Amino acid sequence: MGQEGAAKEKAAKENRVLTGVHFMQGNYAVVEGALAAGCNFFAGYPITPANEISEGMSKRLPAVGGVFLQGEDELCSINAVAGASLAGAKAMTATASAGYDYFQEGLEYGVAVEAPMVIVDVQRCRGENFATQADIMQVHWGPAGDHEMVVLAPSSVQELFDFTVRAFNLAEEYRTPVIVLSETTIALMRERLVIPEEDKIPVVNRRWTSKTPETYLPFEAEEWGVPDFAGLGRGYHTIYSINPHDEKGSIEWDPDVFQRLYTRIPAKISKHREKISTVQHYRMDDAKTALVAYGSEVRPCLDAMTMLREGGKKVGVLKLDVPWPFPEEAVSDLGKRMDLVVTVEMNTGKYAGEIERACSGRCRTGRVTKNRGLIHSPEEILEALECMGEVS
Amino acid sequence: MTAAPQINPLRKYVREDRMPHFFCPGCGCGQVLSSFLRGVDALGLDIDKMTAVAGVGCTARIPVYIKMDTLHGVHGRTLAWATGIKLHSPDTKVVVFAGDGDAVSIGGNHFIHAARRNLDVLMIVVNNFNFAMTGGQVAPMTPPGSVTMTTPYGSGEPPFDLCALAVAAGATYVARTATSRIPQMDLAIEKGLKHSGFGVVEVLSQCPTHFGRYALGSASPAKLLDWIEGICVSRERANSMTSEQIEGKLLTGEFVHKSRPIFKGSTFIQESPSDKESAFIEGCPDKKGECRP
Repeated sequence: MGQEGAAKEKAAKENRVLTGVHFMQGNYAVVEGALAAGCNFFAGYPITPANEISEGMSKRLPAVGGVFLQGEDELCSINAVAGASLAGAKAMTATASAGYDYFQEGLEYGVAVEAPMVIVDVQRCRGENFATQADIMQVHWGPAGDHEMVVLAPSSVQELFDFTVRAFNLAEEYRTPVIVLSETTIALMRERLVIPEEDKIPVVNRRWTSKTPETYLPFEAEEWGVPDFAGLGRGYHTIYSINPHDEKGSIEWDPDVFQRLYTRIPAKISKHREKISTVQHYRMDDAKTALVAYGSEVRPCLDAMTMLREGGKKVGVLKLDVPWPFPEEAVSDLGKRMDLVVTVEMNTGKYAGEIERACSGRCRTGRVTKNRGLIHSPEEILEALECMGEVS
Repeated sequence: MTAAPQINPLRKYVREDRMPHFFCPGCGCGQVLSSFLRGVDALGLDIDKMTAVAGVGCTARIPVYIKMDTLHGVHGRTLAWATGIKLHSPDTKVVVFAGDGDAVSIGGNHFIHAARRNLDVLMIVVNNFNFAMTGGQVAPMTPPGSVTMTTPYGSGEPPFDLCALAVAAGATYVARTATSRIPQMDLAIEKGLKHSGFGVVEVLSQCPTHFGRYALGSASPAKLLDWIEGICVSRERANSMTSEQIEGKLLTGEFVHKSRPIFKGSTFIQESPSDKESAFIEGCPDKKGECRP
């Protein structure tokens, strides 16, 4: 590398992490989080309210030596991300709900060939850009076939940055697609954002195989483990097929091969659920009523909690950072300890079913749900709790 | 003393543990596989540094038998994958294997945009005139009137001219050939492999199992090859034919072979003048007076 090349590389590095205090829109925070995590490939197709992510990437990525692609459609975006990832890139795409529909196919491929990919879904109402959390099931169960999806649900602009970094790290660690489940509310909101110094941001990189092509098996891993990566064009002759494949990558029609593959791929995530699916407890120590929420709905829950606490009610909030894989232990623990567990979500009531299942009849449960294009107000939550009867 | 058995020199590229292959007897896919390997071998390409991209269908199984990095198994997204690979890793030579359905039915949008962008990829389209793996349904290049599994009363669908589509959309190397013309097929694929930019080689191929039986009433590969020969007219010969005589025929040969900038991304920072001076222009000697490959 010449002197000029070295100078360019240094400038690119300095430009990558914008350390400091910002007042930033949520979508731009995603861009900065991606860059801080080492993203070097982005493909996106125009859609509101996710456009600022593409816009930001188109400006920022080429300046740090990455590639920006405006796909001809979402199918191009998601599959270009898969291709780039297999070539070794840290790749991302972003869309809003309607565009996310098209991603299922590429996600199914990403799961099958164990390609690290980061996908942002800025949830919006059907056809319009109002707030909703109606994609909560689709982001897990959209693609065909057996899989376990990792979905992070930020609640603020700061978390859009932090969780995007984490999404890249989880994608690399588990070689799997990871979804950042954003919402119109936080995506278009401007808030304080603190970007730490570069060396304070943990970054996980691809685990390249140290084996030779003669000894390397591309899909060999421990029981619930993640295979090492060889990538394209390096002489490892790997077939990355969506079809059932054995450890060599060969397409096989043997039921035992199916079972081995379809056990390991979901298990590499579900068996590490406690590490992945972090939760936050707010005043849960002495609580008898728990409000459970993810994403932007955590915000009115915290306000409602404060108001109820002022009235002497023992109310806490369980914030789910990672709705999928389902934080089984944290939620079933509520069933043992609480009198009442209330799910608050901005849809007709989807994730609430999972919460109720995990509490399995050991406590009273309730739902505060609506799909009116608006986030809940704290007062609405209080009213709903009143209707549910005695809150201790 | 008996002579040592002759071993096909192309066997070194083949995953012998995957044999026998799954193509039907008389299928053209094996011929395309051989032709591709002859091209790689003749040009001395390093297959370790190449990647094959294949979607779904019979043609998509071709690279599965080659010792080569391969993406496989999502229908119609070959060029989307290839776009990601080439933009991130421009030095990886990418060859797409697609059937007619994969290329321009489900993958049609990607096809025209890859051509428009001049994505640096060779796409070998094996046109067997139907969706073969799924049982012989009508496809975008099925001749009008053909009986297929989903056109029992004859196809009412006008077909695409794939090469004309590629040329119109901006591809920089476009040729049509057939499995009935091995030397011409080899030449087209070899030229496609050498080309820098979006290359399309359409290979007309026989599907005795489905298209042969349903549309032509014969499962004989030889009869299908005769039929393909009957509808082929070279571009040169077509010049002296009337439009009535050309009706229903497919022109063979090269339709375009030119150079224009290859796709590097939707937006990128222009190289500094010093970089530009040393930039490689196809066929032109660089400053040192040497021709690069």
